[in-house]
Amino acid sequence: MSTLDRRDFLKLTGLIGLSAALPLSLARAADKPLAVGFIYVGPRDDFGYNQAHAQAAAIIKSLPNVRVIEEENVPETVAVQKTMEAMIRQDGVGLIFPTSFGYFDPHVIRVAKRFPEVRFAHCGGLWQEGVHPGNAGSFFGYIDEGQYLNGVVAGYASKSKKLGFIAAKPVAQVLRNINAFTLGARSVAPDITTTVIFTGDWSLPVKEAEAANSLIDQGCDVLTCHVDGPKVIVETAEKRGVMSCGYHASQAALAPKGYLTGAEWNWETPYRAHVEAAQKGAPMNNFLRGGLKDGFVKTSSYGPLVSDEARARADAIKAQMIAGKLDIFIGPIKDNRGNVVIAAGTAHAQTDVVLEGMNYLVEGVRGQI
Amino acid sequence: MNRLPLLPRTIRTALPALPTLLALVSSFLLFMLFLGVQGKPSWEACRLVFEGAFGSVFAWENTLQRAAPLMLTALCVALPAHAGLIIIGGEGALVLGALAAAVLPRIVPGLAPLPMLLGMGCVSMLAGGLWIGINGWMRQKRGLNETIGSLLLSYIAIALFNQLVEGPLRDPASLNKPSTPPLAEDYLIGPLSESFQVHWGLVAGVLACVLAHVLVRYSVTGFSLRIVGGNVRTARMVGLPVDRLVLLTCVLGGACAGLAGMFEVSAVQGSANAALIAGYGVSGILVAFAARHNPPGIIVCAILLGGIEASGSLLQRRLGLPDATTLILEGLLFTNLLAWEALWGRIGRWRLYLGERYERRYAMEAQHG
Repeated sequence: MSTLDRRDFLKLTGLIGLSAALPLSLARAADKPLAVGFIYVGPRDDFGYNQAHAQAAAIIKSLPNVRVIEEENVPETVAVQKTMEAMIRQDGVGLIFPTSFGYFDPHVIRVAKRFPEVRFAHCGGLWQEGVHPGNAGSFFGYIDEGQYLNGVVAGYASKSKKLGFIAAKPVAQVLRNINAFTLGARSVAPDITTTVIFTGDWSLPVKEAEAANSLIDQGCDVLTCHVDGPKVIVETAEKRGVMSCGYHASQAALAPKGYLTGAEWNWETPYRAHVEAAQKGAPMNNFLRGGLKDGFVKTSSYGPLVSDEARARADAIKAQMIAGKLDIFIGPIKDNRGNVVIAAGTAHAQTDVVLEGMNYLVEGVRGQI
Repeated sequence: MNRLPLLPRTIRTALPALPTLLALVSSFLLFMLFLGVQGKPSWEACRLVFEGAFGSVFAWENTLQRAAPLMLTALCVALPAHAGLIIIGGEGALVLGALAAAVLPRIVPGLAPLPMLLGMGCVSMLAGGLWIGINGWMRQKRGLNETIGSLLLSYIAIALFNQLVEGPLRDPASLNKPSTPPLAEDYLIGPLSESFQVHWGLVAGVLACVLAHVLVRYSVTGFSLRIVGGNVRTARMVGLPVDRLVLLTCVLGGACAGLAGMFEVSAVQGSANAALIAGYGVSGILVAFAARHNPPGIIVCAILLGGIEASGSLLQRRLGLPDATTLILEGLLFTNLLAWEALWGRIGRWRLYLGERYERRYAMEAQHG
């Protein structure tokens, strides 16, 4: 004899069915890990721009309740749009870090408009309120602080008083680094010059090696750069017996003798901020910037050729920067053609957007835009 | 009249596809072996290649979108190949076509969208056609090797493009990514439909391949081309205008590559910038050779290559395989295609043999009957 009649059976099944919609399942949803996508424009192990991002992504991978999906060598074409869409559709990501500058306009903007529930935290772009979608945003770091410190250390180490800088393109961000490096060096010895060579693109290893050799032949004894992968430059400098300062990530392993220090990204800070906001459901922080003080950039530890005097001076300047008491671009500053570009009495704080439109090389830089 | 029975007839028509099929099978076997040796899940990888390339509507979008520009750049190789030329400079024609399309709205502002887009298409084809046309002219009139010539001209085109985009044609607002001024919203080409996100470049690519097929297969010009490509002395002896025909294929091929550039600008990038130099011209060479310069084959091979690139993205994200895995699969596929190509001579004999065997049998039956 069954004690369960049809009415009871319906009640029971209804109850079980309904329970699926109850907060029990909400609790499980909260446990569901946040899928985070990282897209790199070059290889993850380039000892440079992409490696700096991949290193921070590895830290994000170790956070609780986060699943990381990565893709490298994604060009700034329709390929990146399809990769973002694939990450959303095939891997269910809720937050994407498209890490190359050129991804932003139009690719990130276009995909972000189509997927308003996904967050797009782009590195380098200039997100603007009202112009760009609210589920997209940009973050960046004031790495010229690191380049200024590179300059200070290089200024002490150089004997020929000639420094070499290998740069990709004469765009604002690159010019700002060349200028900061030169100002740092000239704060130590005002007769120092920086010779700059533009290679024309972000990743041209053969041209970078040629430029490094040419600069060394011209008598430069410390090299630094702003290209995607400083590997070849640092290796060439080490082989030719001159010193080098790193960029993007640490290249110390490539030049155990001549590596002085380096300006490195610390993307872990903005990454963590975006991941936490996404996990909590907090509103997206669309515009995120920071320097040494905020932990967005860091410096490599000093190499064996850095004198105690140089260490003391660089550490003191770094402490001032971290305390927010030192600006790099303080007038009067002349460009290398003799025009005053920052008038006496004007000091641009790091956050000043005027600096993001820099279009000159300061006095002491040999080269032209 | 003897008709072959159905089975041998099918075999006879399908025989030309045999090398391609065998190449597919053997390259996937080698790919699985390659992954297996390294302890990677080879079966799973092959399944993902299929899923990523053709496994869903989105996968098809992804594949077709990547294939679209390759169809046009492959024609830049295939058309001159019919006249016996090996042109490998499609990249240059593409970037110049793109640049021409991007600057037209600045020269004649205020046109309605449709005439403007048609105009952009025309100037891009003109620019591309002119550039590859120079190759044809130099070969016919100056005896310059067209392969080397087109490669060098392509470098010159890219240098010219960079110089103009970073110099006189640069939008001053494009601070860190030098570009021409962005196209107005009206002049952007959207997807085929909201539910099928592939831009109109695909239609242009397929259409161009069909037209090219009609030209080389069913027109008097196409017949003359085959004679020029087969034996140029014979062509001259029978009085064909060899120079004009060669020039025609170069101009048409270049126009196709230029048109690809126009679609990259108006459907993808929204302006001309260095992101256009993404190797479409180079991949086009691969596609054209794999298709044996046969226009309908180009459609198939471009889709195949687009599919491999689309699935490479999934392989990276799911199995953590490096991006180079895709290159290895592509390399295997194309070397296998060329290796199985050796069957080509034998296939002709098999086809004849099949035909003869049945003819003999019919003849015998007729005698006995």
